[in-house]
Amino acid sequence: MRNPLSETIVTIKPSGIRKFFDLVSEMEDAISLGVGEPDFDTPWHIRDEGIYSLEKGRTFYTSNAGLKELKIEIVKYIERFQGVSYDADHEVIVTVGGSEAIDIALRAMVDPGDEVLIPQPSYVSYEPCAVLAGAKPVIIELKEENEFRLTAKELREAITDKTKILILPFPNNPTGAIMERKDLEAIAEIIREKDLFVISDEIYAELTYKDKHVSIVSLPGMQERTVLINGFSKAYAMTGWRLGYACAPREIMEQMLKIHQFAIMCAPTTSQYAAVEALRNGDGDVAMMRESYNQRRRFLMHAFKEMGLTCFEPYGAFYVFPCIKEFGMTSDEFANRLLQEEKVAVVPGTAFGDCGEGFLRISYAYSIDNLKIALEKINAFITRLRKEQK
Amino acid sequence: MREQILAIIEKNSRINIKELAIILGAEEIDIANELKAMEEEGVICGYHTMIDWEKTSIEKVTALIEVRITPQRGQGYDNIAERIYKYPEVNSVYLISGGYDLLVTLDGKSLKAVSSFVSDKLSTLEGVLSTATHFILKKYKDHGTILTRKYEDTREKVTP
Repeated sequence: MRNPLSETIVTIKPSGIRKFFDLVSEMEDAISLGVGEPDFDTPWHIRDEGIYSLEKGRTFYTSNAGLKELKIEIVKYIERFQGVSYDADHEVIVTVGGSEAIDIALRAMVDPGDEVLIPQPSYVSYEPCAVLAGAKPVIIELKEENEFRLTAKELREAITDKTKILILPFPNNPTGAIMERKDLEAIAEIIREKDLFVISDEIYAELTYKDKHVSIVSLPGMQERTVLINGFSKAYAMTGWRLGYACAPREIMEQMLKIHQFAIMCAPTTSQYAAVEALRNGDGDVAMMRESYNQRRRFLMHAFKEMGLTCFEPYGAFYVFPCIKEFGMTSDEFANRLLQEEKVAVVPGTAFGDCGEGFLRISYAYSIDNLKIALEKINAFITRLRKEQK
Repeated sequence: MREQILAIIEKNSRINIKELAIILGAEEIDIANELKAMEEEGVICGYHTMIDWEKTSIEKVTALIEVRITPQRGQGYDNIAERIYKYPEVNSVYLISGGYDLLVTLDGKSLKAVSSFVSDKLSTLEGVLSTATHFILKKYKDHGTILTRKYEDTREKVTP
């Protein structure tokens, strides 16, 4: 029999997180700090709209790009959040989660040989999606000393004459890093100078704990060079609804829409009706959840300080990214031993890129009571490790 | 900061000052002063425990009583409300808009105890026109807390 598989797909490694997931699933009473989704239920009024839409029999396809009223709400939202206007008819698409938007944006914009710059540590799908689109991923290793922000120098050094796109994954999963206006201005200058494009994944935009998130599309000359990606999963605790969106210049959007049309048809109709309600009346829920995450973030940072675990202060998403280099173990070894010995699951930093080595991703999408129990165990573990080292 | 403190202690009055200071990113002394001020101003009126009595062996009956009254000249409803709330078995007294005037909640040891309170004490008060007593059969949710089911984390344990 001939080899049924594509050469490209075979070269792609399965997600590093998968391996760890299997280990954790086998352990029934493990306490997990490994989850990348909110612990809140979707606010009831949003679920209620979803249910209502089903009751009314809104069970058909929507137009490919999404419900018109949802696209209008998305445009209004971006306008009030970032002060940037999009054309709801030609520059917005509703997707199956932010993930689909990443995929179709890349496929719409690259040709074989094009280089896509991917800062890491970052979300697991950029690199494989770039490869599947035929591009060459070029990794930029972010540094703890820069609080895992992307610097102009790092960007400049990675650019070649084949570079076409920069992926901008901030607020960042797994580090919790953010990019502030001044950081973005330095990046935008190079993007314009070198005539590049940006795919800005801002799925955690609502979850920042310093100033309000700044999108690169709000900087001069950047809207025309950027595909802005966002969604409902993190801000409104709607991960299972699978709903995201992208905004881009018409020329790019037309091509993205083609891929979406043939591969997906349209995003789930029920979810789209629920999302209209989220954007219209969900600001209070977002504020409540943000405040709650922020309290947990402070709680964790304080606990790490007391344990003497080095960790830069993250201002975004719901992750902290402590450094474990002092223990002379790889992230994988550390996470495995922590799981075996204390039954606490955290994700090794290397699941998000090789430069995550020496770090752990700890999620604070858990109640403080839960975090307390887990932290006591982590404390016991590292106290033991330090004794062993002596 | 007040609003944030209240939002937290409304759900968890046992949280200590140190922890409040950590999670709000504030100084302990400021939290302590704010709490003290709110206690003095009567913003914070007490620190109670939410108990699901159903799960204990203690017999307890809770009733909601609608009371219609004749307001008194110059006093309105206040005098009679005061007469009612002075009884220790009375849990709460609210002045209500709509079909009746006062809503009284009452904890008693038994149905009999509650009904005799209503017939002997409450309905015989001067100014009380009529009462309607509703016994609570089951509490599903109280003070924002769902009593009938426990929170369960149904998320996958590790996700990207």
